[in-house]
Parts: sequence; structure tokens; C-alpha cells
Amino acid sequence: MSETNKNYVTVNLGPAHPATHGIFQNIITMDGETIVDAVSTIGYIHRAFEKLSERRPFYQITPLTDRMNYCSSPINNIGWHMTVEKLLQVEVPKKVDYMRVIIMELARISDHLICNSILGVDTGAFSGFLYMFEQREAIYEIYEEICGARLTTNIGRIGGFERDFSPLVFERIRKFIKSFSKTLEEFESLFNRNRIFMDRTIGVGAISAEQALNYGFTGPNLRATGVDYDVRVSEPYSRYQDFNFIIPVGSQGDTYDRFMVRNVEMWQSLEIIKQALEGFPEGSYHADVPGIYLPPKDDVYNNMEALIYHFKIVMGEIPAPKGEVYFAVEGGNGELGFYLTSDGGRTPYRLHFRRPCFIAYQAYAEMIKGKMLSDAIITLSSLNIIAGELDA
Amino acid sequence: MNVVAQIETHFPNAILAVSEPYGMPTLVIRKEAITEMMHYLYSQPELQFQFLTTLCGMHYPTFYDLPDDLQEVAQKNPDIFPPSSGVYGVVYHLHNLYSNQRLRIKAFSPISDVSFPSLTSLFSAANWMERETYDFFGLEFQGHPNLTRILNMDEMTYFPLRKEYALEDATRQDKNDTFFGRTQGNE
Repeated sequence: MSETNKNYVTVNLGPAHPATHGIFQNIITMDGETIVDAVSTIGYIHRAFEKLSERRPFYQITPLTDRMNYCSSPINNIGWHMTVEKLLQVEVPKKVDYMRVIIMELARISDHLICNSILGVDTGAFSGFLYMFEQREAIYEIYEEICGARLTTNIGRIGGFERDFSPLVFERIRKFIKSFSKTLEEFESLFNRNRIFMDRTIGVGAISAEQALNYGFTGPNLRATGVDYDVRVSEPYSRYQDFNFIIPVGSQGDTYDRFMVRNVEMWQSLEIIKQALEGFPEGSYHADVPGIYLPPKDDVYNNMEALIYHFKIVMGEIPAPKGEVYFAVEGGNGELGFYLTSDGGRTPYRLHFRRPCFIAYQAYAEMIKGKMLSDAIITLSSLNIIAGELDA
Repeated sequence: MNVVAQIETHFPNAILAVSEPYGMPTLVIRKEAITEMMHYLYSQPELQFQFLTTLCGMHYPTFYDLPDDLQEVAQKNPDIFPPSSGVYGVVYHLHNLYSNQRLRIKAFSPISDVSFPSLTSLFSAANWMERETYDFFGLEFQGHPNLTRILNMDEMTYFPLRKEYALEDATRQDKNDTFFGRTQGNE
């Protein structure tokens, strides 16, 4: 800062500040209570996933995707599986698509509920957080029944799932739908028309639609500005076209709009899950692709073809064609894209992840300029920047 | 009018190849034309590619690493793809949100020349994407306001996603690539 008559204070916010809940560092120059300038430093948990992917067979990349947006890892896993399926031109049965839709919508709920309830904590309302986290636990119990893991799920396989949904899964989902509707209703009654919360969030951290598009915003952050772009609708995957749901949009692009968009999306995700359960098809839980999908263990021990396929798949010898695909899913925070270039080998030649957080976070410094420090905290919180996805 | 055809008529000399792998129109263009073409794609009322989905680097260390379609391009354009060395490339994914159409644009440059034009004046989103590409491939985007490392530490002296940096320790003897890694023609 060149003006010598001003007394600017430099505040080093992060990387381990409790209010940033994540490894984010922002060096903020302040004039009294007002932010004059901010510089974001990222990369604190960079793990070189793109490089690691170049030495791993396709199925071994799934656990890497878990660790990007770890609040909704199943969406990342399934997005990656579908990318590989697109490359290999594998058609999955209708049932797999429905199972995936249920899991992805549960993941979207768990992603949004964390964001919104922690926004409550940042604005000084702790109770919403406690109510909502009980529900996240219920979602994790559903994951656990499906795949055995909770946070970094590594759910499913290329071509489908490793096992069918057990009756307990359906029981838990039905129970969750019932209890979550009540919790969400209660949560909304605590926040949506709460005078203090509204005063605290309306007009804070606003961004216009033009700016948001120019900065590459996607997902709820973009929809809060009024742009109805959603990958589930613009390029339906996994039979999203079978479901009836609305895409909520905001108008101001501020913290309150982002909060409201996420709330409505949680209701919509519940609707989608209900529809998927209603029309849940019969059939196989995996595609019939012996060279790509692991055979059942019994067959591996008793059947020569299965044994050969088992070894080939485990060693990464699946018939990958040469080519390049771009595939995107609607992640918790926006368009999660996978740009996969294959040279026919057992690993990707190059894999690039389009991480919505990484692209949106560069607007943060501009969004908080001229605002107060406390506004900067809730702006970061409402953008739902996840450090794992930011740094990959 | 078809988007690709329209671009082809407007830039007859800049386009080296056109293809459509897995349904996405893909253009290989000369890097000198990047800035002008991106502005054209952005501003033309019937194109409106105003959303930069993503941007990433590529590295093909030798002619034989190039995919088949690029090998054909390389044979016709030895100035961009010199036979003795490899190329760096940048791959852009653009999106027209009005008509919901995607477009992929690739540009390449010989290893000896790492400069590419920056798109930061057109897309604010390109800022960090280009920094990331610089960080991992060492491509220098001309006109970028702050081309510094972003994910790796500033003291790093190499560009890790280049193919010459093997992921595993090259002195290891216990892993034979013939069986456990990338091998030529292993499909």
C-alpha cells in the first residue's frame, strides 16, 4: 500500500485459523475494520493427484477422487467411474443408474448440510449445526451399509457396484427421508426468516451473474446469482432425465441466496431420492462386462475365465481404447469435470480434474474487498470451499 | 450454421485439424491464433462461448507419444511439431451456456518455446488455471498479471507434470516396466 498517511494492518488469516475451517491462508490488509486487499495462498494440502493418476490403473484412481471434495466423496467416485465408462463405452443397467442417483443425492445433501449448518455457526447460531450433523451421521450409516466406508467411500466400481443394496439400506434411506424432512424443516424455521441471520447475510459477499460466469463459478454459487446452469439438466447423466426436480436460483448472489439455494436443493434431492425409490428397477447391480468388472470371488476360485479376468483387471489390463473424454457431473460445489486422455495403456496418459472450488476460490479476494473481516469469514463459509478439492 | 464450419471459414489458416472424439468438437489450432479466436468465439452473437470450463497443459515428449490424429498433423506441420523433439500443449474447454454446446481447443508449441498467450483479459477464471498450468508444465503465459506457482512451493525448481519426471524412483531395479507399467503397444 503506497498511501503513507494511512495505518494499514496486515492480518494473517489462516492457514490454521479455526474460523476458516480448512487450510486456507489469506493475507489481508486492513484499514481499521475494512479489508483493503487480500492475497490468497493455496496449496497447503496439495497431493499431486494428476501426477499420481498417471501411474495408476483406472480403478486405483477412485480412492484419489475421494479425497478431493471429501464432504461428498461418492459424487467424485461415481463421476470418475462414469468417465471411465464413457471411455470404454460401457452401458450400465437402469438399476445401477438409480442406485447411483440415490447415492449422489445423499452425498449432495450431506455436502449442503455441512455448508449451511457451519454458516450458522459462523454467524453465531450453533444449534442448527448440531441438529444437522445428526443427519449427516445417518447418511454416513447408509454409505457404510452400501460400501463399508463412511467418509472416503471409494463407493462402487467401474461398471456398477460391488454388491446390491441390502434391505437394510432401503430401511435406512426411508428412515432418513422421514427424519431429515423434519430436521430440515426445523433448521429452516431457525434460519430462513431469522432477523439476525438475514441482517448478517443479505448483501454480504455478493457477486453478479456476469462476474460469476467470468470467474467460472458453477453449482449453487452460480445459481445463487440467478443463472440456472446445472449439469444434471444440461447434460443429464445416470438417467437424471427420468426425475422431476427444480433448479432453484437466487437473484443477488450473496451469502443469503447461496444459503437458500442450498436449502432448496436439499429438498429437491430428497424428492429425487423418493422418486428413485418409487421407480426402483429390478435387474443387475452391475454391467455385464467381464473384461472390466471384477468377477465374483467364487468364480475366481472355480472358473478359469473368471480367474484370468480377475488377474487382468487387478493388474490394470482392461481394454482401454486410445482417446480423450471430458465428462462432468454436478458435484456438491458445481461442475466436477474429468478430462481423461488415454493412450491405450493401463493408466491414463493425462488426467485433469476440473475442480469447482479451485476455480471459484480465485474470486474470493475480490469478493471481500471493501468488506469487514467478519463478512470475509461468512463469505468463505458460504462459498463452501473444500480444501481437498481446492488443492487436489 | 455449424459452429466448427463457421470457425473454419473465419480462420482458414489457423486450424490444423478438426475431430469429434466422444461427441465433443475438437480443434487443433496454431497458438498464434489463440487470442484472436477466443475473442471471436466469445463475442460473436451466434457463438457465445463465454464460459471457460477448464484449461490444462499437455506434454508429448516425442513424436511417438502423440495420438494418431496428432501424428498426421505433426507430419504436415514440422514447424510446430519438430520431428526431433516433443511438444507442449494447452487444452481449453469452452462452453456456450445459451445453446449448451461444448468446444475443445488445443494448441501446441515445440519444447524449445514455452510461451502461450494468456486469456486473463477475457476470462478472470483463466488466472489461476494458467498459474496451475505454469506450475506443473512451466508454460509461460504472455500477458498474465501474476504468473507464479500456485500449488507447489515457490522454491521448486522443476515442473512436475512434465513426462520426464518419473513418478517412482528411477533407480529402483525391482519393478520391471515391461510387466508393471506403461509399455509401447500394450493394449
